[in-house]
Amino acid sequence: MHWVLKRAARAGFTVFLVVHFTFLLVHFLPGSPMDYLQAQLSRQQGLSEGEIEAMAAVYLNMHPEASIGEQYVDYMSSLLTGDLGTSIYFNESVAELLGTAIPWTVFLMLNAIAISFAIGISLGALMAYLEGSRFDNVMTVVAIVSNSIPYYIIAILLVYLLGHQLDLFPVTGRYDDRTTPGLNVPFLSSVVYHATLPALSWAFAGLGGWALAMRANSISILGEDYLRVGRLRGLPTRRLTLRYVARNAVLPLYTNMMVVIGYAFGGAVVLETIFVYRGVGYYLFRGIEARDFPLMMGAFIVITIAVVTALFLAELTYGKLDPRAQEGGTDESF
Amino acid sequence: MSHSDGTSGGDDFPFQTPTTGETTREERWSRTIDRTILAPMRIILSDWRGKVGVTILALYLFMGIAGPYLISPPETDTAHTLVGPFEMWQYPLGTDSSGRSLLADVVHATPPMLKMVFAGGVFAVTVGSIVGMVAGYKGGRVDQALMVITDSLMAIPGLPLIIVLAFLFEPRNPYLVGVILAIPAWAVLARSIRSQMLPLRNVEYVEANRLMGISTWKIILKDIAPNLMPYILVSFVSASRGIVFDSVALYFLGVLPTTDPNWGVTMDTAYSSGGALYSWGAAHWLIAPMLAVVFLSLGLILVAQAADKLFNPRIRARHQKTTASEDDEGEHEPQTPANANVR
Repeated sequence: MHWVLKRAARAGFTVFLVVHFTFLLVHFLPGSPMDYLQAQLSRQQGLSEGEIEAMAAVYLNMHPEASIGEQYVDYMSSLLTGDLGTSIYFNESVAELLGTAIPWTVFLMLNAIAISFAIGISLGALMAYLEGSRFDNVMTVVAIVSNSIPYYIIAILLVYLLGHQLDLFPVTGRYDDRTTPGLNVPFLSSVVYHATLPALSWAFAGLGGWALAMRANSISILGEDYLRVGRLRGLPTRRLTLRYVARNAVLPLYTNMMVVIGYAFGGAVVLETIFVYRGVGYYLFRGIEARDFPLMMGAFIVITIAVVTALFLAELTYGKLDPRAQEGGTDESF
Repeated sequence: MSHSDGTSGGDDFPFQTPTTGETTREERWSRTIDRTILAPMRIILSDWRGKVGVTILALYLFMGIAGPYLISPPETDTAHTLVGPFEMWQYPLGTDSSGRSLLADVVHATPPMLKMVFAGGVFAVTVGSIVGMVAGYKGGRVDQALMVITDSLMAIPGLPLIIVLAFLFEPRNPYLVGVILAIPAWAVLARSIRSQMLPLRNVEYVEANRLMGISTWKIILKDIAPNLMPYILVSFVSASRGIVFDSVALYFLGVLPTTDPNWGVTMDTAYSSGGALYSWGAAHWLIAPMLAVVFLSLGLILVAQAADKLFNPRIRARHQKTTASEDDEGEHEPQTPANANVR
């Protein structure tokens, strides 16, 4: 099988797993969302039994009295048409709520990853270049410390310091309400302005790890023979550092990127909650807090799809950068 | 490196004659322990990061085991609310808005945290290494099937999955919380153990055992697992750090039901109801649990960093008492395996 197809199939399989997981949870768990929702609805107004069931069907995309097979078909077919049910708390279509939220989460977290990656590897390369110097020693300690502070603690500190004390950055929201959304400068700049603190908290916590990994990789490459040969050939330093060292040191970090992407979208739940940033993570948290199952499950599915897509794209580019990734393991079985 | 552990030392092997001729069971055991546990410990302690890290972890262990007996649980004391740190001898870290001692709060949150870390670390490492070793050793179909599952699980974002699970199961037992938190962690580990395994599956002594018809499990456990021990140790430390981060995050968000004190819970009350963000007088209430989290993860990271050297076989051989050889003088930069600390 072509490796792109293989990767695509795997991405599809992950989504398949998650969707079935949510179905099982809604259906089989004792005190399941279904029972809970019905109890909730019957407590609300004097609804008749039939009305309650009809409403539950709207919210969760499956009819309580139907057989498991029918429920399964109902649930999956509505998911396929992009219908994630109706949020109980917001009383809105989950798909619409999350559809407007997901670009914000992607924007925020991709920027956060990019910032921490860019600063981290530049620092790491510099540390490797100046190995053993005072700069290297100090920065190693700084990187280790930065790596051991969770991003949400940095978020809280930033909120306190830059948000409340110095009043430099807004601490809630996605953009300034006084601007009109669209392609205009005030709106776009307020978007960046509002994303600064959450993105920085993530970037700050992550850059230490990147720097240390980049430093270790670069140092092991600095001892390689091909680099010495390159030097003897009189290649310009620019070419040596960029093509010979940096490129080979960065490539292995790409696999770390796969882990970081998933971790970042997970971290979005905490960050968006702290900054009241209405992305998917924020809605997942609201769904949990309000015991709003359709919203919670929908947010979980949407986050998974976002991560799977990001991973798929990352793997495609990695396959282009490093042809070895395209070969599968063809070992004999014992 | 000595590979004679699995077989009883026979004299009929002219090139590998052991000095005593026979290795007793105890000798073999002590050699295995020296190779897999003591030597890594010595290497870790030979590095300043390792020394500091192990000291920090030992302090937390002491705080978790002896702390609750030395310091009485936090009680409300309405006469002394929001006492600053180092102001009263009775409350070294100060008190919160209901007069509860923050030191006691921090200390009494340690045992459940250690239980969580322990349970989660053991779970992630056990499942991860078994899946990784079996996949890497067996290869072929088994490998493909296991890796499809592992990769798919790896792509599910961990924290949201934990949040959903925690919400549905409402775990209160710290051991159970730890296991739930470790569910996303094992997949990453299985992947890396598998790649560590690949070069080992074709080593001569493994091949020899295979040809002799020794069962797969025996080969994996006796011949291969000891070689991966240092890697598994480091993975345990990294997994632990992930569990500390995630558990505090979830308690901070209030997703997990709170029965025991937890640093995340303290942070949450200080942050959302204590007004620690707005007045300097309450800041210590937020800072105390933060420092507790940061120092614990700092200790774990330092140990993991120092343990990176374990992957250099020369350094390892020098620290093994039973099989030490004198010919390795040169200090080599450790070959860092795809760094496990980037998250």
